[in-house]
Amino acid sequence: MYDVEKVRTEFPILGRKVGGKDLVYLDNAATSQKPRRVLEALNEYYEEHNANIHRGVHRLSEEATSAYEGSRGKVARFLGAPEETGLVFTRGTTESVNLVAHAWGRKELREGDEVVLTEVEHHSNLVPWQLAARATGAKLRFVPVLEDGTLDMEEAARLIGPRTKMVAAVHASNVLATINPVERLAELAHEAGALMLVDGAQSAPHLPVNVEALGCDFFACSGHKMLGPTGVGVLWGRPEVLEEMDPFLGGGEMIREVHLDHSTWNDPPHKFEAGTMNIAQVVGFGAAVDYLKGLRMENVREHERRLGEYAYQRLSELEGITIHGPTEDRTGIASFTLPDVHPHDLSQLLDEEGIAIRSGHHCTQPLMRRLGVVATARASFYLYNTEEEVDALVDALARAREFFGAFV
Amino acid sequence: MMRELYTQVIMDHCQRPRNQGKLEDADLEEHLLNPLCGDEVVVYAAFDGDRVAEVRFSGRGCAISQASASMMTERLSGKSLKEAEAEIEMFKEQMVGKKEFPKLDDLAALKGVVKYPSRVKCAILAWSAFHEGLSKGGRGSEELAIPEE
Repeated sequence: MYDVEKVRTEFPILGRKVGGKDLVYLDNAATSQKPRRVLEALNEYYEEHNANIHRGVHRLSEEATSAYEGSRGKVARFLGAPEETGLVFTRGTTESVNLVAHAWGRKELREGDEVVLTEVEHHSNLVPWQLAARATGAKLRFVPVLEDGTLDMEEAARLIGPRTKMVAAVHASNVLATINPVERLAELAHEAGALMLVDGAQSAPHLPVNVEALGCDFFACSGHKMLGPTGVGVLWGRPEVLEEMDPFLGGGEMIREVHLDHSTWNDPPHKFEAGTMNIAQVVGFGAAVDYLKGLRMENVREHERRLGEYAYQRLSELEGITIHGPTEDRTGIASFTLPDVHPHDLSQLLDEEGIAIRSGHHCTQPLMRRLGVVATARASFYLYNTEEEVDALVDALARAREFFGAFV
Repeated sequence: MMRELYTQVIMDHCQRPRNQGKLEDADLEEHLLNPLCGDEVVVYAAFDGDRVAEVRFSGRGCAISQASASMMTERLSGKSLKEAEAEIEMFKEQMVGKKEFPKLDDLAALKGVVKYPSRVKCAILAWSAFHEGLSKGGRGSEELAIPEE
């Protein structure tokens, strides 16, 4: 039995007030809150083990190295990665995608090659490919999104072909509450001889993920969206693919031998971890995946599926509301627009009641254009949110409409 | 609290915007996006010599940005280009709290926004667009001087 009230007690920030009201935090797709044990892991690291890693021959450095590399193992197992050597620490999903678009893209893409993306991508899985395309002469193609928010998979099968070198797609949309069939996209990519990258920023925190089962070649996610500290994320890549790639950043740790005029590279994953990494944050990330593992991701998904359905149903009671995305199989995200109050004004009015939601384009401007809106309001739930908080949201939205309506 | 931000004047302008809609054959037409939220505004102006004869706006945005755009069209109409620039400059300084709003000024209705830094951009969006248009030469700029075929 999943005990959300017990879970809530482990997140200190959930006890705070905003303007005298209980905080209702519904901006989890932007970043998650942190459980006590993650905060303690950060503290413990700094109070007891802090040192630079990998090259120090002293006790603290050995402890710090072991904590850092221990996190690598934890995160690799969490993602179902068969081996740790494929797991590269980065600053987050954005950096992970940039790493691939740069270190793989600049080396492998040629004029006439194609990279297939989707219309629902977050800017972080779009702009890096635009840069790679500009540098190499490759072309970007886009799998269209259908009216119900799902991908046009027939068109995907047509688009992915002999010219395709990479398919890169978001696993769970940060706007539409969809889970995309990335397994099928990976099959199509591999049939065409292309590689598959999955942007897991919104899936790894919320669903059981297994990179082997997905069949992808790269998987990217961010620690801070899954209870971990900011400043750390991962890129998992098939070791044989990482092996062939050029380095991303040059500097310490990523080298084997350095001469004045040339250098040779360390093995993956170290080849892609130049300079001093966010060691404490990596250690904190390890504590976060331990915590998630303890709750079991199946339970997390089930809790959020129910909450997402409940939110969809309650929000539908608001007259004239548009909730974007499909009616079923939703994640814990609800993007919506009301005809009478702009999303910005909504989030301002909700903030007065201690309710944190997001408004804007959610870093998906092409998708907003496709939906015919400039902005949406978005409530995004996580493992500590409750049905009472959904009720608070819906009541506050009704009051916001009354407030605006009173002036007409 | 919310009444300080969403004042009667703001809500009136937002729900009954003045001078809204495209101005045909405008001497100045400037499009501006708020990159933070995707809100967009287009401002148009017709000049009569060195005076601003008419100002209009279109676009989509929140109550603050729509009301501010509407108020701007009223404020800048009839001003000389120089006065218009000075008004814009003054308004921007007022919005970041560097200058006070005079008591009887209509624009003082936007005073509550100053406390919400994330919304100041909404309030100055249309004004920035107008400023941008003026600095590109407004009337007489080459782009606008080319007659449509």
